[in-house]
Amino acid sequence: MSTTTTAGLARRTPPLGGFSWPFLRLELQRLLRNRRAVIFTLIMPSAFFLLFGTDGDYKTQATSHGNVTAYIMVSMAVYGAMIATTSGGAMVATERALGWSRQLRLTPLHPVAYVAIKTAVAMSMAAVAIIVVMVIGQFFGADAPTWRLVLCALLGWLCSAVFAALGLFVGYLLPSENVMQVLGPVLALLSFAGGLFLPLSEMSDVFASIAKLSPAYGVGVIARWPIDTDQGNLAIAVVNVVVWLALFAAGAAWRMSKDTQRV
Amino acid sequence: MIESTAAVELDGITKTFGPVRAVDGLDLRINPGEVVAFLGPNGAGKTTTIDMLLGLSHPTSGTVKVFGGDARRAVALGRVSAVMQTGGLLKDFTVRETVELTASLFRPARSVDEVLERAGIADVADRLVGKASGGQQQRLRFALALVPDPDLLILDEPTTGMDVQGRRDFWDAIRTDAARGRTTVFATHYLEEADAYADRIVLVRRGRVVADGTAAEIKSLAAGRTVRATLRAPDVEAITTVPGVDSVDVRGDSVIVHGSDSDAVARYLLNHTDARDLEVTSRNLEDAFMALTGDPEPEGAHA
Repeated sequence: MSTTTTAGLARRTPPLGGFSWPFLRLELQRLLRNRRAVIFTLIMPSAFFLLFGTDGDYKTQATSHGNVTAYIMVSMAVYGAMIATTSGGAMVATERALGWSRQLRLTPLHPVAYVAIKTAVAMSMAAVAIIVVMVIGQFFGADAPTWRLVLCALLGWLCSAVFAALGLFVGYLLPSENVMQVLGPVLALLSFAGGLFLPLSEMSDVFASIAKLSPAYGVGVIARWPIDTDQGNLAIAVVNVVVWLALFAAGAAWRMSKDTQRV
Repeated sequence: MIESTAAVELDGITKTFGPVRAVDGLDLRINPGEVVAFLGPNGAGKTTTIDMLLGLSHPTSGTVKVFGGDARRAVALGRVSAVMQTGGLLKDFTVRETVELTASLFRPARSVDEVLERAGIADVADRLVGKASGGQQQRLRFALALVPDPDLLILDEPTTGMDVQGRRDFWDAIRTDAARGRTTVFATHYLEEADAYADRIVLVRRGRVVADGTAAEIKSLAAGRTVRATLRAPDVEAITTVPGVDSVDVRGDSVIVHGSDSDAVARYLLNHTDARDLEVTSRNLEDAFMALTGDPEPEGAHA
């Protein structure tokens, strides 16, 4: 019939290689259904904040532009954003292990659009993770000018892109369904080493120097800078974020191009 | 005009994986509207060939053309879609969400409800994929393949793991959907499926086409037909001279003649002898399959 011929002529590929709001919405819906992801990214960082950050003394001790409770709140928000972005990027590993990426190769979805969607999902989850901790903080004594806290949230969110890149890199490196079981403890370790759970001033000199190399260090310092300008060297933090982002993004791009060449 | 372009044109394709030659000079042309079964034993090169048809891998040598052009392009435009053995599904999407996501990628795409209906999974649309049965998941893969309303549908062992009823329903769904002349190619090792659903059977063995024709042609090619008749004291020598006859057995009052031209045998027996109760039977496809794809003799130096 001529109708099928007409349909054949009208066929085209989707705009933006398949990156679209409906695709993104479905992915977010799916992630929010994942109980483990919700617990680790939304509940745990808030619980840590309530556990470590709401001590009576912390509410009265001041940083340069806020109190210590606010300082710990921002650190925990960054920690939540780290887990959210890493696991968002690492979804690639699960999807490759299950053969879903092979199923997607039977569609016009462009590999770059796929990575863009994973990144967008990761960053959206990071935003939610940060907002949850920051809102809870308001009710439990975190004190700093609102515009400074908003700036903290925004900076923390932007810098968590480092971990979206890490997640993608590992996701393409290890096609395993349970990659987050490895990455979870690694992130906790990086967070400790990077001063998210313990300020560098509490560490020995040797550890404090090593801490500056952790990918969690730069993100933490930059995110807390609007409320605490006495925590070290902003320039080192910026270099830390830029270098780690470049390394992880290059690693992800390298593994991804290997993956698509193989088809 | 449309008929002049083949849906599939494989020209001398080979594919080697290290020392293994999975596909070894395969030629095949499939015209629009054909329903073709790709039949062969495990390791014959069926899945490797299908991968190349979908542009998932490239032939070591030879050319692959789908609707006269590049296979990847045909896939991206939705002209070709497939139900693969290996295509995975995500357990934490619902059945409907999986189809919605696929539909978001194709231009144009059929409506999600229509596709779910066609694949027979409308009633489980809101179930999580992880909670769906194996048969339902396989129908979901079929639903995904229907989303772009493809001109060519490729099915790799589509009913593996389904029970008999599931298999029948699945084929009914495919036939209903293919009724308007969609080209369909399916790989299977269920011989009865090839026999029942294909217009044409392509038999492959060791990466080559060893036979190509209708189910009836394939059967006669391998084994010919058997003509049995009741006849006292047959003239065996006279029957043997009928063209195509390769054996004549006399068993009591029956004569059993085996050969490639059963019509000539029947004509001879009815016109020139007192034969009655004549029966013509063909060997089933299983016999043909064994005869053509089995390894009868070592073919020289196969390591």
